[in-house]
Amino acid sequence: MDSFLKSGKLGDTASSKSSTSGISKKKDKKLQWVEKYRPRTVEDVVEQKEVVALLQECILGADLPNLLFYGPPGTGKTSTILAAARQLFGDIYKDRILELNASDDRGIQVIREKIKTYAQLSVASSRADGKACPALKIVILDEADAMTDAAQTALRRTMEKEAKTTRFCLLCNYVSRIIEPLTSRCTKFRFKPLNQSFVLERLQLICTKEDVLVDDDVLNILVKESGGDLRRAITALQSCAHLKGKGNKIALENVYDVLTVVPSDWITNFFNLCKNESDINEIIRFINDLEQQAYPCHKIFEQLNDLLIEAEISEPLKAEIGEYLAESSFRSSCSRSDFTHLLDFAVHVQEILTVPVEHRKAKAEKIARSTMINGIA
Amino acid sequence: MSLLWVDKYRPKDLSSLDYHTQQAKELKNLVANSDFPHLLLYGPSGAGKKTRIMCILRELFGPGVERLKTETVTVTTPSNKKIEITTVNSNYHIEINPSDVGIYDRVVVMDLIKNIAQTQHIGSTNNQRNFKVVLLTEVDNLTKDAQHALRRTMEKYSTNCRLILCVTSLSPVIPAVQSRCLLIRVSAPSIPEISKILQVTCKKEDLTISPALAEKIAKTVNGNLRRALLICEACKVENKNLTTDREVPEPDWKKFIEKTANLITHKQSIDNLMTVREHLYELLTNGIPPEIILKELLIGLLLKCDKQIIPQVVRDAALYEHRMTQGNKHIVHLEAFVTKFMCIYQEHLSSLMEGF
Ligand SMILES: Nc1ncnc2c1ncn2[C@@H]1O[C@H](COP(=O)(O)OP(=O)(O)OP(=O)(O)O)[C@@H](O)[C@H]1O
Ligand SMILES: [Mg+2]
Repeated sequence: MDSFLKSGKLGDTASSKSSTSGISKKKDKKLQWVEKYRPRTVEDVVEQKEVVALLQECILGADLPNLLFYGPPGTGKTSTILAAARQLFGDIYKDRILELNASDDRGIQVIREKIKTYAQLSVASSRADGKACPALKIVILDEADAMTDAAQTALRRTMEKEAKTTRFCLLCNYVSRIIEPLTSRCTKFRFKPLNQSFVLERLQLICTKEDVLVDDDVLNILVKESGGDLRRAITALQSCAHLKGKGNKIALENVYDVLTVVPSDWITNFFNLCKNESDINEIIRFINDLEQQAYPCHKIFEQLNDLLIEAEISEPLKAEIGEYLAESSFRSSCSRSDFTHLLDFAVHVQEILTVPVEHRKAKAEKIARSTMINGIA
Repeated sequence: MSLLWVDKYRPKDLSSLDYHTQQAKELKNLVANSDFPHLLLYGPSGAGKKTRIMCILRELFGPGVERLKTETVTVTTPSNKKIEITTVNSNYHIEINPSDVGIYDRVVVMDLIKNIAQTQHIGSTNNQRNFKVVLLTEVDNLTKDAQHALRRTMEKYSTNCRLILCVTSLSPVIPAVQSRCLLIRVSAPSIPEISKILQVTCKKEDLTISPALAEKIAKTVNGNLRRALLICEACKVENKNLTTDREVPEPDWKKFIEKTANLITHKQSIDNLMTVREHLYELLTNGIPPEIILKELLIGLLLKCDKQIIPQVVRDAALYEHRMTQGNKHIVHLEAFVTKFMCIYQEHLSSLMEGF
């Protein structure tokens, strides 16, 4: 881990001159760009101003609170805390942090014993290079939303008891999965999806460093489609560059493909099919074809939503369709077969647009009544 | 007898892939680079994901990846339970199907990855890669727990371990894992592509297949190339004259689901429900995935429904399909759907009678 953090410096001159023979002795040449361009200092972290400000204070000597970072993937949570630890403790930072993530066993037992033993180690208040540093250790619980409630509850007590010598930093995507007593013990920071201009700036920097050839408008689309997830944007850029090979310009199709954007023809055709009074067989056939193209379902719904907003449909009906879209999209989110959900959406759009609202209401009521009273004979 | 055609004529390297050739070319470029990302291949079954993966591996490590051996690994869980899993590995990669171990998949996957990551991999002299590949198939069935575990692991051990994941639908894969991989879409081959491959394969076997028959087979398999080849070979075993007038058999389970759908619309009663249950059990024990059963059953039923009740039926299907992904007793949800359908259907019939 040390090696990638060291080479994560943005000013690094190591550009990946990829030789096909591939035998490069230096390890960092084989690093993924996300690791290579991981921020090394908290100043390098873009966008998340509040937390950066707080951590800078701490590095200058202020007291470090317990922290809770939450936000969507690839917005810098892990990077920020690791960078802060490096700056606080210098070379010995590895001894001062205990990183536990979802791949480690984090049952109650571990919380009680491993963390407790670790927290009780006493540490000095100076670094290897003689500078002063807080006499603290940091326990980083990455992916904390994957911890069970029981383990979280156990953590409560530990956090309070070890408050003198240990700080906790919880990282997660969904703050709602962290129990209230824990969130109230931490200073909370929301990591926002990154602003497009920041992502663009970052990517442009990488493009120059790595000799990537790409047109501005293609890069802009890449930024837009990665939706504020910088990791995704960087991975996409790297993949495109490598799929194309050295010296070739990245094409728009590459960007669409690695970011799983569905070609707009499919989406408009699908929506038109729903709008017209198409036969059920026709709809089934279309969805079957769509499934064979393997476009991801959540993306289809996302793009249908964009289309819906622009569509020329009266506002109340649009709202109704929108609601159904949200429902279908939710139901499909863990499903192994998208077919049923796409079909469900299609026939309902059809119904909403063709059957007058009073009829639908009356029907729904009748259904609710009858299925309650009559079972099957 | 020798190998099945599906295995015998499986393309061995990226340049001999028959379709999606542009993608194959780009994958070649990707492999030529020294930094290779984690991959996530997605696409319907039988579209050639596994073939593509083996080609990529060969391109990465050379023919050595084809020397496969199966091994049984025992992993001990924190609660001291011993779990056995069969792996297929070469010197350069290890393949497992994590759904073989159910809820213990997290422990098993982590154990394997950490093992590989800790042993610095310095292979034979011609091996220019300093990483080993862990190939996980059927990641759609990987528990959320195991997926979360992959997140930091994929970053931490990325120096000497790469993951290749293989799924049929992206929906069950958490965004955080998707964000760490290069996503590669493998769509099903088109009907002309399938029929061409059938013709070429037959030629290699010194047989001639009529183009019309090839197309007929291609149309029935719904983009599943593996099934097309199997059907074609089955036809050959029956009779070497592959002429246009040959019957293309539907798979048994499909016929069986059709029969079940007929049964459901035929009579709506508790007794009949019991018979349907037996049918569902039979399908499940024969390894037909529950989501496929639901899908085919739904299509079968819709063809017999009045237009008015279609929205309601489909809505319930979607509802039970969703619940099925949440629970792990599939039969309950399948049966609930059937019951619900019977109610709707009967209700509709009697409301029609009232009209008279
Ligand atoms: N705010 C940021 N500033 C600079 N780089 C960033 C930022 N956010 C993300 N990155 C880039 O994205 C990569 C991944 O970031 P990081 O691991 O911190 O994400 P995360 O928020 O922990 O995501 P996850 O929730 O998936 O664990 C980093 O290596 C870095 O290159
Ligand atoms: Mg993280």
